[in-house]
Amino acid sequence: MPHLFVLAIAFLFPFFFLVVKLLKKQLIHGGYTLPSGKIKSNQIYFGKFSLSFFFAFSWSQPRTVNHPPCLPSEALPIYSNENLRALKHRTPLFLPSYSAVRFYFFFIRFIQLYQTMADTDPFLPKSSSDGSYPTGSQATRRSPIKEQLTIFFGLLAVGLFAALLIGKNGSYNAHVQENKHGSLATSTTKKPETLGPVSRGPAAGVSEKSNRLSAKVDGNLLVYPWNNSMLSWQRTAFHFQPEKNWMNDPNGPLFYKGWYHFFYQYNPNAAVWGDIVWGHAVSRDMIHWLHLPLAMVADQWYDVNGVWTGSATILPDGKVVMLYTGSTAEAVQVQNLAYPANPNDPLLINWVKYPGNPVLVPPPGIDKMDFRDPTTAWLTSEGKWRITIGSKINKTGIALIYDTTDFINYERLDGALHAVSGTGMWECVDFFPVSKTEENGLETSVNGPGVKHVVKASLDDDRHDYYAIGTYHEKNGTWIPDQPEIDVGIGIRYDYGIFYAAKTFYDQNKNRRVLWGWIGESDSEAADVQKGWASLQSIPRTILFDNKTGTHLLQWPVEETESLRLKSNEFNQVTLQAGTVVPLDVGSATQLDIMAEFVIDKEALEKATGSNETFSCGTSGGAAERGALGPFGLLALADESLSEKTPVYFYIAKGSDGNLKTFFCNDQSRSSAASDVNKLIYGSFVPVLEGENLSLRMLVDHSIIESFAQGGRTVITSRVYPTKAIYGAAKVFLFNNATEASVTASLKIWQMNSAFIRPYPNDGKF
Amino acid sequence: MKSLILFVFLLILPAEAFRPTLLLGNLIERTCRQTPFYDLCVWSLKTNPESRNADVKKLARIMVDSVLKNKASDTLDLIDELLQDGFTLDPALHKALSSCAERYSVIIGGDVPEIIEALETGDYKFAERGTNDAAMEANSCEVEFPGKSPLTHMNKVVHDVSVVAASIVKIILHSQW
Repeated sequence: MPHLFVLAIAFLFPFFFLVVKLLKKQLIHGGYTLPSGKIKSNQIYFGKFSLSFFFAFSWSQPRTVNHPPCLPSEALPIYSNENLRALKHRTPLFLPSYSAVRFYFFFIRFIQLYQTMADTDPFLPKSSSDGSYPTGSQATRRSPIKEQLTIFFGLLAVGLFAALLIGKNGSYNAHVQENKHGSLATSTTKKPETLGPVSRGPAAGVSEKSNRLSAKVDGNLLVYPWNNSMLSWQRTAFHFQPEKNWMNDPNGPLFYKGWYHFFYQYNPNAAVWGDIVWGHAVSRDMIHWLHLPLAMVADQWYDVNGVWTGSATILPDGKVVMLYTGSTAEAVQVQNLAYPANPNDPLLINWVKYPGNPVLVPPPGIDKMDFRDPTTAWLTSEGKWRITIGSKINKTGIALIYDTTDFINYERLDGALHAVSGTGMWECVDFFPVSKTEENGLETSVNGPGVKHVVKASLDDDRHDYYAIGTYHEKNGTWIPDQPEIDVGIGIRYDYGIFYAAKTFYDQNKNRRVLWGWIGESDSEAADVQKGWASLQSIPRTILFDNKTGTHLLQWPVEETESLRLKSNEFNQVTLQAGTVVPLDVGSATQLDIMAEFVIDKEALEKATGSNETFSCGTSGGAAERGALGPFGLLALADESLSEKTPVYFYIAKGSDGNLKTFFCNDQSRSSAASDVNKLIYGSFVPVLEGENLSLRMLVDHSIIESFAQGGRTVITSRVYPTKAIYGAAKVFLFNNATEASVTASLKIWQMNSAFIRPYPNDGKF
Repeated sequence: MKSLILFVFLLILPAEAFRPTLLLGNLIERTCRQTPFYDLCVWSLKTNPESRNADVKKLARIMVDSVLKNKASDTLDLIDELLQDGFTLDPALHKALSSCAERYSVIIGGDVPEIIEALETGDYKFAERGTNDAAMEANSCEVEFPGKSPLTHMNKVVHDVSVVAASIVKIILHSQW
């Protein structure tokens, strides 16, 4: 469009110039006769034309709306249909058309004038006293080329002018039409891709009630502003969290001189993300944590904009090396080296940053903001240390590989450890071996025939952690997935709820690989600010290769969790008929460890009719949507009247071919009467093998529920914020909402003690 | 000669009137077309002089730092006015207004700084989180009023601006570069 305008003007210039040259006499002295007999001078005609031209241009343009800033006391005028239309189109369309028509008529007139110039001009005197009226000679001197050019330019200018006017007005109309309903309606818009979800989590497929500005009371869903009682209940008893403020990624976990160390991304100033530094805590058993002073703060130019995620490597001589990402003063992401100030201090309180930092900067071809989260290093067969760092190239997520001998100088290997197109930025990449046969963890450098390697990435695009199992080729530093259709980022997730930026470490104390994951909040940040804190860590989980499926890892709460168990209640062979809810009398129900097994009626399984419909937890109607063979499971954090409840359940779907597929879901849609919390349904398909009963372990700890199905093959973590089902009012139930099948459940439920996570005492006694 | 000068002059005038709109509206219009509130998006950005040569990241920053922050501040001022004006006579209304005041303080003091820091350091998921949260706070404020809300217009504006900002952040997050 702009080019048309420039062209139109460009062609008009020579046109006018030629017009003036050719018709100079006519312009100054010439005129024309109207049919009525009046004589009008050409000058007036030109003047009229120019004015109409001027108006045509200025009126046809859309105005930049220079609306004064709206005062709070007046209603926003832009937000009414009429005003928007008025602002957009002050121009009635006829004005520019009229001007274009005038221009056209002028042009025709010009052609006529031009053609009559060959004849004697009726207004000029035939003879002249001096030779300064060279009419005749003018006629003979008029060149055919000039004539052609003028007509050409003129027609071109007219055409361009017309195209400009029509084009501009036409497209503008289309804009207003297309977006009118989007900008002003109060009903849900039709663009799920771009409409930001109102509550946490992906918005796809779930009715968000996102424009509830008009809906106040929805049935019995009343809105509760949070009070202190509700908010203080949300703090957990045995999950790691700092005393206050914001936390995110786990960093550099390790076991050193008798202590488990845990570092984490922390905001010392607020309960929202920002001003990130490294927090630090220690524990003897990964359950009872003691807070220590901040390990690293943003005091260097290379990490002043954030001391971000990193990993620890323990060298063969026992020394500890920490690599972490710093966001520099110019917001470039670089990798830095740090190490304990005093290796003899088992608490590793003070840390030193290598004076020559940064040790790694974004390589060519990698954006300066797509280069973060270095992993623990592992040894190559040449005796060098190898690390991987996540990044992206266009939309391809990638794990870059570097070798080093001293953690100071690095050489980049060609290509990458692995890459998967369409997955976007890979954050917090993790790479580690698992044993195919043994039930223990493997040190990060281990390789061999009985070993598979796992690549894991946190996808920035959807905030989920994905892993895949495959084979590591040490010579060229690449990794190939066993099943490319469930490759990293497109296959299995560690956890189908809230769980991100996970990181494992090898615990040489108990020969196991342990997984940490950041569990964010799914309430509003206003509530976070009010309660003064945000985020938890998952319960630490051991990781084992699931050799029964060959595709999954098994996650299970570390065995030290059981040290928190207090009184227990057992329920054996409880029969749940279709459509029943059974209360479980266990006393307090906010700190629980539940182990449950479900057996569904065999007959019902066989009799049930299969269907082609595909089931998915997220798009289903939750626990209220009854199928023939499900849902059935537990109702956690439920109040007596079941007005608030969080069902965690199995749903068996039978395909038209008779095959059974089991799903494991966590339904938050009725977890709270509050409107500003996440109400999504999480879950996934869970592989259930021949001869296996359905098993479920659930840790309930105030505002977090972690559920492990089939021994940890599929895990769901969710944050729950009830307004009524808190303190003594919280209860737990069994339920079976299937229509055709009865279910038999056996459970053992323990009360869980608090872990009394607190600052490391000054006197050293704890 | 005089006439020629006159014609040239008359030609230049209209050119100046609309050249900036045509040539520079493109990135703003392209970006705004991908948000659910095109008109609001275009208006907010075009009236801000900093949007002249801005890239998408800068547009996101303008939408948050100027538009969202200002609208939220205006709303907070309005809430303060209402609280002082004697709306305290109705306890339910007073409670809702106080809760809204808290929410808007969090938008201004919590969400906006979080989004700006995320945009500057390139950890865009926190910018997305902050913008989504601001939309939710505005919405939650609105539903807390038992009867007619005195803040409907402002809540809608803040909500819509936040949604626009979230869409722009999503464009950055999913962009090809």
